[in-house]
Amino acid sequence: MRELKILAVVVALTLITYWGVEPFAHSQMHPHVDPADYKFADVEKDVADVKALTGNATSGEALVTANCTACHSIEAKGFPQVMDNASSAAAYGVTPPDLGTAGKLYNADYLAAFIKDPAKASEVSHKFEDGRVHPMPGYTWMQPQEIADMVAYLQSIAPKEMTNKEVFKDSCQRCHAIKYADMQKGTMAAFTPDADIKKYMGKLPPDLSQYIRSRGDAYLTTFINNPQKHLEGTAMPRVGLTEESQKQVIAYLEEVGDSKKADREELGPKFLIYLVIFAIFGFLWKAKQWREVH
Amino acid sequence: MAKFEKANSVGEWLDQRLNTTGLNKVLMTEYWIPKDINFLWAMGVLLATTFGILLISGIFLMMYYKPDINLAFDSVNYTIMQEVAYGWLFRHMHGVAASVVFLIIYIHMFTGIYYGSYKQGREMIWISGMLLFMTFSAAGFSGYMLPWGQMSYWAAMVITNLFGGVPVIGDALVVWIRGDFNVADATLTRFFMLHVFLLPITIMGIIGVHFYTLRIPHVNNQTSEEFDFDEEAEKYLAGNKKESKVIPFWPVFISKDLAVLGVFLIFYFYLVFFHYNFAMDPVNFDPADNMVTPAHIYPEWYFLWSYEVLRGFFFDIAGFSAFDIGLIAFAFANGIFLVLPWLDRDPKILPAHKRPLFFIWFWVLMADLIVLTVYGKLPPTGTNAWVGFFAATAFIVIFLVLPIITKIDAKRRGDA
Repeated sequence: MRELKILAVVVALTLITYWGVEPFAHSQMHPHVDPADYKFADVEKDVADVKALTGNATSGEALVTANCTACHSIEAKGFPQVMDNASSAAAYGVTPPDLGTAGKLYNADYLAAFIKDPAKASEVSHKFEDGRVHPMPGYTWMQPQEIADMVAYLQSIAPKEMTNKEVFKDSCQRCHAIKYADMQKGTMAAFTPDADIKKYMGKLPPDLSQYIRSRGDAYLTTFINNPQKHLEGTAMPRVGLTEESQKQVIAYLEEVGDSKKADREELGPKFLIYLVIFAIFGFLWKAKQWREVH
Repeated sequence: MAKFEKANSVGEWLDQRLNTTGLNKVLMTEYWIPKDINFLWAMGVLLATTFGILLISGIFLMMYYKPDINLAFDSVNYTIMQEVAYGWLFRHMHGVAASVVFLIIYIHMFTGIYYGSYKQGREMIWISGMLLFMTFSAAGFSGYMLPWGQMSYWAAMVITNLFGGVPVIGDALVVWIRGDFNVADATLTRFFMLHVFLLPITIMGIIGVHFYTLRIPHVNNQTSEEFDFDEEAEKYLAGNKKESKVIPFWPVFISKDLAVLGVFLIFYFYLVFFHYNFAMDPVNFDPADNMVTPAHIYPEWYFLWSYEVLRGFFFDIAGFSAFDIGLIAFAFANGIFLVLPWLDRDPKILPAHKRPLFFIWFWVLMADLIVLTVYGKLPPTGTNAWVGFFAATAFIVIFLVLPIITKIDAKRRGDA
């Protein structure tokens, strides 16, 4: 009985200390932020006119071809990159994305808002002051119907299914490397050369190899959805990923950065079962030995 | 030379040459431990086991680790964690054991304080134990640097900087410790040497000494009762096992240790597999970057109480700079436990619940250490800074009053 009381005291002190240095301390160091908003409610009023309309993919095709392919590739539709990554990065600051998957990756309202005003939708207006302008011009001059048509077209050409890696490449890799995904050949460097992206963003965007361990699922979920929530003033744009695409990005970070997770979760219970058996034998042996001396 | 007869077994052959029977008696079957103990007496064996885990997992990690600032991070987080078979397991075991070993050290230490097992002949047990605490701390600190993550780098920066406060030679001392003007490759390679060679070998030596120091004064018991070990051992050997106040290390004492060890290992491996972030700080999974200071720099949890004593003094007092006062308080905090046997002026060995004022003292100390630990991690701003200041001051006062209150306890009991 006395041993159990002592154990209760030891456990209580350990848990109080643990609570103080882990959950409590971290709640103080990392203020709570609102959950991820996959509806992008703040852009809805900017695109209310577009939302009220139904897009026509066929006219959207003509509009996209005329307005976008001068800078953007759409490989799937036979529009190759105009320049290689390095040259386009030198020209625009950052390599422009291929638009073949945009209709799947990005929330439709966000996409419309982005076409209208890229800096505002991606919440990086603070980067483009004093005469600096976003490399992609805004299309506020277009009719709402035209924007709705372009979004409809982009959605119509987007693949239905994408692997986690494909989602990562199209959503993140223009700026971010994830070198652990291919240490041997180094194919997972950022598309934009380091020097250009550093100049464009102010600093080199981090390699994401270990972000699943250094930031964790919960932080990444709110951060990717809206970087300004955690890092006010950061140069990283809000990219407008749908919930599904963002989950795929985080799943990819986990595949690369915590590749042994499945092994760990599979092996853990086996270790614990073995140790429970060990402990039972320990107590039985103890009982046998101490019966003679008590 | 002794005359050797033909041996009939390997055991006998060894016994003739090494007296293994005698050795086994001295170390195991006739090494006497008091019977009146509780599970807190198993912490020594838990520590030995955890040290074994650290040693073995460390050897495996060392096969792949590269002590070079350009290679270290990837050798740990890519090679070991993703490529090497079970590398992740060894790293998790090593990282979690390094943290958990301090929990057990603290339990072991405060058990000793509670039951008065550091005085009246047991001073050398206490001192060798505190030397182990210090060498383990050095091993923990040097090991934390090796993955060369953000916290590795900045903790190394902050802690090596402290030596700059040493009078006269401070600045030169910092450069000497780092091997460079900054925390750099030379710093990493020398801390690697300390972590994998000098410190483990020193720890193993002191563990030997620590075991040996128990020989003459013997292990204490729950009621701090003094008795003649030889007499009690004779009773035991004569078959009066129930009446005797002692038990042999093997198999009676160790059987209880193994039962406790079983429970401990369930707890430990649960942490290894499912709950490791407390020991492997996420911030350290960002590679070291000397251009970006992390928003919050804090040491591992087991250093937080002394770290808070250091930074608790955040304003200048009477012409002394806050930095100097903090440093002196930090030195005090790290040295004071070593002289505990001489601060306790009570001539009798008794458990804390038999010493009214000391009992209060003990729990106040525990509370203060927990407050220091928690506030050592919180950002030192606003109220937090003041809580830190008062808790750090309280820590010093707690030790200054110890001689007085122990004397009063003894007087009231009529022992002094």
